[in-house]
Amino acid sequence: MTEPRNPAACSRRRFIVAAGAAALAGFSGIRVAHADQAMVDEAMMKLIGDRKPGDGTMIKLDLPEIAENGNTVPLKFEVESPMTGDDYVKSVHVFAEGNPRPDVASFHFTPASGKAAASTRMRLAKTQNVVAVAEMSDGKVYMAKKEVKVTIGGCGG
Amino acid sequence: MAKPRVKAPSSVKKGQVFEVKCLVSHKMESGQRKDRKTGEPIPRMIINRFVATFNGKEVFSADWHPAISANPYMAFYMKAEESGDLELTWIDDKGEKITAKKSITVG
Repeated sequence: MTEPRNPAACSRRRFIVAAGAAALAGFSGIRVAHADQAMVDEAMMKLIGDRKPGDGTMIKLDLPEIAENGNTVPLKFEVESPMTGDDYVKSVHVFAEGNPRPDVASFHFTPASGKAAASTRMRLAKTQNVVAVAEMSDGKVYMAKKEVKVTIGGCGG
Repeated sequence: MAKPRVKAPSSVKKGQVFEVKCLVSHKMESGQRKDRKTGEPIPRMIINRFVATFNGKEVFSADWHPAISANPYMAFYMKAEESGDLELTWIDDKGEKITAKKSITVG
């Protein structure tokens, strides 16, 4: 604690202290602010514009209910679609509402994908909602959401 | 750079949808962490783009943000109408590319 710190780190430190020691429990390293709804809206706006997503009943979002390790949370999804040249899923955008930055990834499909499904592993900083937005070839967008409880947060998701 | 690991069938039926799984070694430094000793932020260094082409034509791609885990894993689906090469490319923040290739025979 004797080494010099820059002013930004100092104010962050004070903020963390003020926020209470509980916020620090389970974390090593310096915490960062988490995304708020405005940041989530902005990230979504960038990708789908002002299109209002419909209810994503055709999106199967496969996420663990409880993730023990936030550094590597399995993410899997499938969007029901014929995947033909004139009716296919163009993209699926995934957001994590409680990460320092809400963007997780965008996946882009083609009719040669055969199936609008993919899986990867992501970082989640804390318990939060994960949102998947599917963009169809006709321009329509649909959204599905699922909560993941995170036991140990992935530092710097 | 370690060699990426790719798992895909070597022969498929025409038009059959199959899964491709791949894994590449990369620390995916998020840019959110700080050096514990100096307090300096560790600069972001991630793979931000993944592209899969078959015979030169894109079949699947992804844009990755720092929320993708280290040593990124990716599984996706595709189908093929004729034999050819599946080429996978990972591109990092510096523009450096990692590539892998797999031949797939359509029988």
